[in-house]
Amino acid sequence: MNPTTTPVRRQLSHPPVDASPFPYNPGSLLSAGDLSLDGISHILARATALENQDPLVRNRILAKRRVALLFYESSTRTRTSFELAAKSLGADTTLVSSLSSSIEKGESLKDTGLTLRALGAEAIILRHNSSGAAWLLESETRLPVLNAGDGMHEHPTQALLDLRTILAHLKAGAETVTPETLAGVTVSIVGDILHSRVARSNMLLLPRLGARVLLCGPKELLPELAALAGPGITIERDFEAALRQSQVIMMLRIQAERLAGLQLDLEEYKAAYQLTGPRLGTLAPTAIVLHPGPIIRGLELTAGVADGPQSAILEQVKNGVAIRMAVVERALLADKQGGRA
Amino acid sequence: MTALVIRGGQLLDPAAGVDALKDVLLKDGRVAEIAAPGKLKSANGAEVLDATGLYLAPGLIDMHVHLREPGQGYKETIATGTAAAAAGGFTAVAAMPNTTPVNDSSEITRWMLAPEREAAIRVFPIAAATRGSKGEMLNEYAALKSAGAVALSDDGRPILKDNIMREALTAAARVGLTVIQHAEDTRLTQGGSMNLGPMSFKLGLRGMAAEAESSIVERDIRLVTELRDTRVHLHVAHTSTAAALAAVRQARRNGLRVTCEVAPHHFLLTEEHVGLYNTNAKMCPPLRSAADRDAMIEAILDGVVDAIATDHAPHAVHEKEVEFDNAPNGIIGLETAFGLSLRWLHKEWKLPLGRVLSLLSAQPAALLGMKGRGTLTVGSFADVVVFDPKAEWTYNAREGKSKSRNTPFDGWTMQGKVRWTISEGRIAYNAETA
Ligand SMILES: [Zn+2]
Repeated sequence: MNPTTTPVRRQLSHPPVDASPFPYNPGSLLSAGDLSLDGISHILARATALENQDPLVRNRILAKRRVALLFYESSTRTRTSFELAAKSLGADTTLVSSLSSSIEKGESLKDTGLTLRALGAEAIILRHNSSGAAWLLESETRLPVLNAGDGMHEHPTQALLDLRTILAHLKAGAETVTPETLAGVTVSIVGDILHSRVARSNMLLLPRLGARVLLCGPKELLPELAALAGPGITIERDFEAALRQSQVIMMLRIQAERLAGLQLDLEEYKAAYQLTGPRLGTLAPTAIVLHPGPIIRGLELTAGVADGPQSAILEQVKNGVAIRMAVVERALLADKQGGRA
Repeated sequence: MTALVIRGGQLLDPAAGVDALKDVLLKDGRVAEIAAPGKLKSANGAEVLDATGLYLAPGLIDMHVHLREPGQGYKETIATGTAAAAAGGFTAVAAMPNTTPVNDSSEITRWMLAPEREAAIRVFPIAAATRGSKGEMLNEYAALKSAGAVALSDDGRPILKDNIMREALTAAARVGLTVIQHAEDTRLTQGGSMNLGPMSFKLGLRGMAAEAESSIVERDIRLVTELRDTRVHLHVAHTSTAAALAAVRQARRNGLRVTCEVAPHHFLLTEEHVGLYNTNAKMCPPLRSAADRDAMIEAILDGVVDAIATDHAPHAVHEKEVEFDNAPNGIIGLETAFGLSLRWLHKEWKLPLGRVLSLLSAQPAALLGMKGRGTLTVGSFADVVVFDPKAEWTYNAREGKSKSRNTPFDGWTMQGKVRWTISEGRIAYNAETA
């Protein structure tokens, strides 16, 4: 027992890490990484089919089925999008928000979920400020849970609607995806990556279809270890270099509410990372510009870019409803469609 | 008090250098006689425990547990926590002071030691190093020591300020006590709920950097160095990073009295075991990288680690059934530490049985100055664990003696089954009647 011996590396075996039991319910969509390529193709195809369907026929698909929207964070876009999607399939929706009395009184997520289930909810759409909340809710209720954003973690329907938007522009609306579908496509995700669930879901999804993902932002908002999050992900700190390589530019909002004391010089940030008309026009004149919203004009991008011809921001919103119709349908009909897609 | 004879077992007492078949007579709470099988002189009338085919060793000692009393009896009580300890082969535990209120007074220390607490085994309170564990003002160490405190710590929190830590080390040394540091620079870990690394990024959780631990250990070692007083003893609680261990290793090389403990979860698990937000894999310090985990194993095998301690931290089920970032830190460990140590350190990684036992008994006894414990010689306390080192079993947290079930080891295969735990001559745990 000589403590001065220099340690010698030995080859040792260790306790294994258990395989994930999630999702418990085949209708759940917790992570963009849970979907197989077939599952993604199926959702894309259903999104188009449902979008083109006669609304009077469409709203019989989930007639009288009960879907709860459980929103712990205020959200206009995502909540309305899910609500419209569920309603246009004929489902009854109930909104429970963080302003609801039970949540204000400190009821746990588990108890709120169990209560919704007892009230007859057949699926729950959850937006929550804690990363992982959707996993907790699913394991406690075993209902189909659609993750509408959990903390800084994931927002899988956003990644799917982004994908639909990208495919419409670059691949003529292809619906069957393969590992080569986005081969040769570079997508830059720019800005507050650290706090972004949109970035994380896209980082999981796009490289599986062959896309190269460049992450771009200052160190405070983009730690080096982000590059280790998965294959196909590279950090490019120089915004202009990133623009030059990109067919898709995804701009993110600075999430002031999650900065947790982090000091950021906004003028410096804009000088380095704001997407302006001249930058876009000279460095990426054919690229499309995406933004998950809400946008802050004059900060991460200029009004001219937001409203300009390369902007696909409003298309994203429209694609959101179509994707969410497909995902809500899948949540309630997953068993009938032969299980996990 | 009745007498007990343990007959036919293999006595393994590393501190005394004994590894032989022996019959042992326990009387009046002490070891009265040790003899070759069948050769005890004064065993008449004693109750006989047949240990044929089993090992007997000095009872295990856990120098880092949270028994939650006073104040949080819904998580654990001294009675249930010590029952869990006895089931795990322990005959003594050192209880951390982060109770409600904090154990920073002789009154609370004495309250914990009162017979009304119905402890199944010996409890040794560790008193708070500072008033309310707030890190601002030192407590009365001499009074705490005479009330029964065996060490000083603000565990759950670090002693952050240089001058307070320096004063604590000096004042503790004066009365012959150890300062146990929870090494975490809380200025760097705010909002953190797991190790800072690729996993925390992927899971969208705020991370706790390895440097938050190692920087405090390095600072403390610097203070010990500057004090130039051989009585000063710094003990690093639940060491979890390679960098902190390297600092301890270097301090030892420099002849300083700096010791450390490692918890089973830190030599077995990594941040990968957090999985998808398993709150039973959330503790402080957090599960670290594979490289850190490997460094724990190396340091245990090569002798830099002085003790295995569980950091047994019970929490009620409903407290852990919440969002990961809202869940409290800590897991229980008293009923799994021995089984995991034998399964992995001994069986898998070939650490001799005697060394495993030393880390779980003789060495922590020495660190805390527990005289007459951690060894089984005539006259020492009759603290004994009788066990079958080869038996495999499966841990079921629901059947545990602890009030809580917050463990990542539920359903794991363990090795080494405790048959009896004897605390000062009384049977504190009997597997047949448990
Ligand atoms: Zn601690």
